[in-house]
Amino acid sequence: MTLFGRNIPIAFSLFVWFGLWEIVGRSGFSSFIPPFSKVIETAFVIAQTGKFAAAAAISLRSFAAGMALAIVVGLPLGFLMARVAFARRLLGMWVNIFVSAPISALVPLLMAVVGIGETTVVVTVFLFAVFVIVLDTQVGVQHADRSLVEMARSFGARRSQIYTKVLILSALPEILAGLRLGAIRGVKGVVIGQLLVAIIGVGELFELYSKHFLMEEFWALVMIVFLFAFAISESLAALERKVEYYAGSR
Amino acid sequence: MQNDTAVEVRNISKIYSGNVEALREVSLAFPRGKLCTLLGPSGCGKTTLLKIIAGLIPANSGEVWVNGRQVDGPGPERAFVFQDFALLPWATVLRNVAFGLELRGMPPEQRNEIARKHIAEVGLAAFEASYPNQLSGGMRQRVGLARALAVNADIILMDEPFSAIDEQTRRKFQEELLDLLKHHRKTVIFVTHSIEEAAYLSDQITLLSPRPGRVAKTIAPGIDHSRGPDEIRRDKHYLDTVDEIWQMLKQYVD
Repeated sequence: MTLFGRNIPIAFSLFVWFGLWEIVGRSGFSSFIPPFSKVIETAFVIAQTGKFAAAAAISLRSFAAGMALAIVVGLPLGFLMARVAFARRLLGMWVNIFVSAPISALVPLLMAVVGIGETTVVVTVFLFAVFVIVLDTQVGVQHADRSLVEMARSFGARRSQIYTKVLILSALPEILAGLRLGAIRGVKGVVIGQLLVAIIGVGELFELYSKHFLMEEFWALVMIVFLFAFAISESLAALERKVEYYAGSR
Repeated sequence: MQNDTAVEVRNISKIYSGNVEALREVSLAFPRGKLCTLLGPSGCGKTTLLKIIAGLIPANSGEVWVNGRQVDGPGPERAFVFQDFALLPWATVLRNVAFGLELRGMPPEQRNEIARKHIAEVGLAAFEASYPNQLSGGMRQRVGLARALAVNADIILMDEPFSAIDEQTRRKFQEELLDLLKHHRKTVIFVTHSIEEAAYLSDQITLLSPRPGRVAKTIAPGIDHSRGPDEIRRDKHYLDTVDEIWQMLKQYVD
């Protein structure tokens, strides 16, 4: 980014918006928008409380369980749909519908079926994350260089070797992109699941803060959740860039 | 089948889905230790025939015989060199060249030693640790050739191996290929659409007619490949062969 002919770091845009936020907050324009500095201050206070630690632990556990489930189901399903035409015809439409469907609308239904509790949140995370993982894996495997598969066959590769030595590695960039998008959706899944269930984890805190108009705490929690999602997404993106380098000549 | 025939195809027909007839009743013999070219305009099914010989795609009818045995799939006595190189982008030159041996379950030290020998042979000794995207097109195809040599197949199938390489590099490569084949007694089946390339390299040239692909003519140029490349390119046999092929192929060009 350049401004008045000078190179400005990207972080500058963040500072501009945080500055604006601070000014609007201090002007007392709305009680819903406390000054940014207050929000950050509160974030540090909240992060040290036992209540937050307990909520974060529950949320992380649900997130990890839901993501693990999404990966364990999503990857094989993606491979299956890429390699077997029948599976693609049978499932393709449903995966495409669900990847863009408002999953949040299903959570109340889940509560009725699975019960109100952590399980509902785990299933919500799973549903938020799994479809994009399936789709990206499928695309990655389908777009795997066909001549590489042909090459492996011509040198006598067995079916299992074609998967382990060609397809998985060839699809790795897309698989990682799917995992990154899945993880971002998974974070949404945790928050939305817990908000709707409303008695556990970070969702309970959100509910508590907004009900009592504790806006500084509310925004602080938003910031913390945002940072968490950003950190996961960025670390997966870093891995992706590393893989892209080797897959660069495709 | 005589002992001096490495590969023979009998009455091969291939129809792709959508009723595209690629090959009709093609019968051909490829003598052992010779370089034979399949030549023809695009759409004559020459690559299809090569891949049927490789066992990569099935024919609708007909038989493929290799070393006196009928085959219906890939085998260790045949190695393929691909038009688009087909190198693993995430693997080093060394691992790419050793890939055929890796698939056979050969231990790493052993296969790397064999691979190093063939990497040196194609002149890439300094690039063992490089990745394919760090190499030029010509160097990538050298890796493809080294990979085919490493599995020690006696039949090498080459699908327009030099078509993605610039002209100067290609000439150099053609000369080196002939040089290399002097030391290895390999049977090479070579697909190309370049008349000069076919005439320069081949002991036997088969012209295929387009849609459906059929054997139009088989020519033995009778060029003495033991002489230098510049002599060959001025040789009367070479020039006559180029002219003969062109007279024949002209009718297929619209």
